[in-house]
Amino acid sequence: MHVSENRLSVTHTRLLDQFRGGKPLALARAISLVENQREGFQDFLHTVLATGSRTRRIGFTGPPGAGKSSLVAELARAYRQADEHVGIVAVDPTSPYSGGALLGDRIRMNELATDPGIFIRSMATRGSLGGLAATTKEVIDLMDAFGFERVLVETVGVGQTELEITAAADTVVVVLVPESGDAIQAMKAGLMEIADVFVINKADRPGADRLLREIRQAIHLRTGHALSDVPAHHGVDLSRMMKKEATEDAPAPHEGGWQIPVLKTTAQTGEGVPELLAAIVDHRTWLEESGELVRRRRLRARGRVSDVVDRELHRLAWASPEVQDRMARGLDDIQEGRGTPYSVADTILRALLKDRGPLR
Amino acid sequence: MTESDQKIRVLVAKPGLDGHDRGAKVIASAFRDAGFEVIYTGLHQTPEMIVSAAVQEDVDVVAMSVLSGAHMTLFPRVKKLLDEAGADDVLLTGGGIIPEDDVATLEAQGIGRLFGPGTATTDAIAYIREWYASRELV
Repeated sequence: MHVSENRLSVTHTRLLDQFRGGKPLALARAISLVENQREGFQDFLHTVLATGSRTRRIGFTGPPGAGKSSLVAELARAYRQADEHVGIVAVDPTSPYSGGALLGDRIRMNELATDPGIFIRSMATRGSLGGLAATTKEVIDLMDAFGFERVLVETVGVGQTELEITAAADTVVVVLVPESGDAIQAMKAGLMEIADVFVINKADRPGADRLLREIRQAIHLRTGHALSDVPAHHGVDLSRMMKKEATEDAPAPHEGGWQIPVLKTTAQTGEGVPELLAAIVDHRTWLEESGELVRRRRLRARGRVSDVVDRELHRLAWASPEVQDRMARGLDDIQEGRGTPYSVADTILRALLKDRGPLR
Repeated sequence: MTESDQKIRVLVAKPGLDGHDRGAKVIASAFRDAGFEVIYTGLHQTPEMIVSAAVQEDVDVVAMSVLSGAHMTLFPRVKKLLDEAGADDVLLTGGGIIPEDDVATLEAQGIGRLFGPGTATTDAIAYIREWYASRELV
């Protein structure tokens, strides 16, 4: 593969012109080009990404029904008020039975539907695990190149291992609800490791304060401050305990690390949303000042490069007639007891490495 | 991946003020089970909202459910906005309680097939598949 702007087809050159002209339909069609990995999509991405990245990427993950879409809509509205252009990517699961998908996140975003400063795209996972679709990260890159100052990404919210979001976002917001269970559930799910900000949404429901306390303790356990907010004795004055908690609403950064805030919101009424916005700003400041942003971006670039290499190797390997031939002969060998999957794979790899010319 | 492997993307839209979305939900589920990627945006959509969603989602098909009797306004309006947005290659189809004369008038304006009450979901699915397979590719 030899990516270059010069390789763009006539159709893609026209698409590129409209894309650079800021036409929403061109962005939409470029996203389809990438999502379907149609011929020439890598040349297109290469061409538009050459200008560098500016977008602030915020990811939202958490169980289904936690209110991710509603929170995303609230934040999008706030960013619009600050005159930012906002891209939203909402991922929903593809049915493993039919291959179809019902993408319903826009229902919670109807108020944003006709704002020309907002672009919402729903994606189906199409078999990908990890909470995002295979090309979600590239779709965010496209929105970045299109000029959105802010991109909000919402994961599927079904699995317990939605770790892909950390590779896609600068700031990861984990959204829970009082019914999500106790903090142990969050620890089991690996959410403790990926959260930059915890949000307990639907906080007007019973159990919100209990979950908030548990999450804070669990965070302190991880950071070695487990006992700092636990009263020394039973029968301690409750009002003093509560006061101590109130002061923890403004966590101080400690030891150069990021103190993960735990916030309460009610997306329906907008309560707690200003605090969430502030926490995202604080996290951004910390990312920039600590050098973490540079580190994360480098990691992200590394992930992207290895994704592309993996994808191309896979394509090259199975498109090669030589490989197909060795596979066919290898299967005969296995059937007749002269080979094993390992010996056949070995001859295939040798063949691939031997005749590697210019890629493609 | 070849063109034919691609998912057919359909926006199931429910315009207007009537609150009857059972039909839209049945159709959305049937489309999903047929392997389509279905975007459903809920009740009370304006033509502007429908077209904006159709553009951003780059759907192949917009399927509107109109039970309010306003089909002679809504279908042409959505078609016009789609054309203006450059999405004139999107199939606009739908269903509802629509008299035969009106169906003929609308189809003459470049709107796709319109399905009446009692249509099997499989008919609509077959129609969309056929249209998708035969459309002109740019």
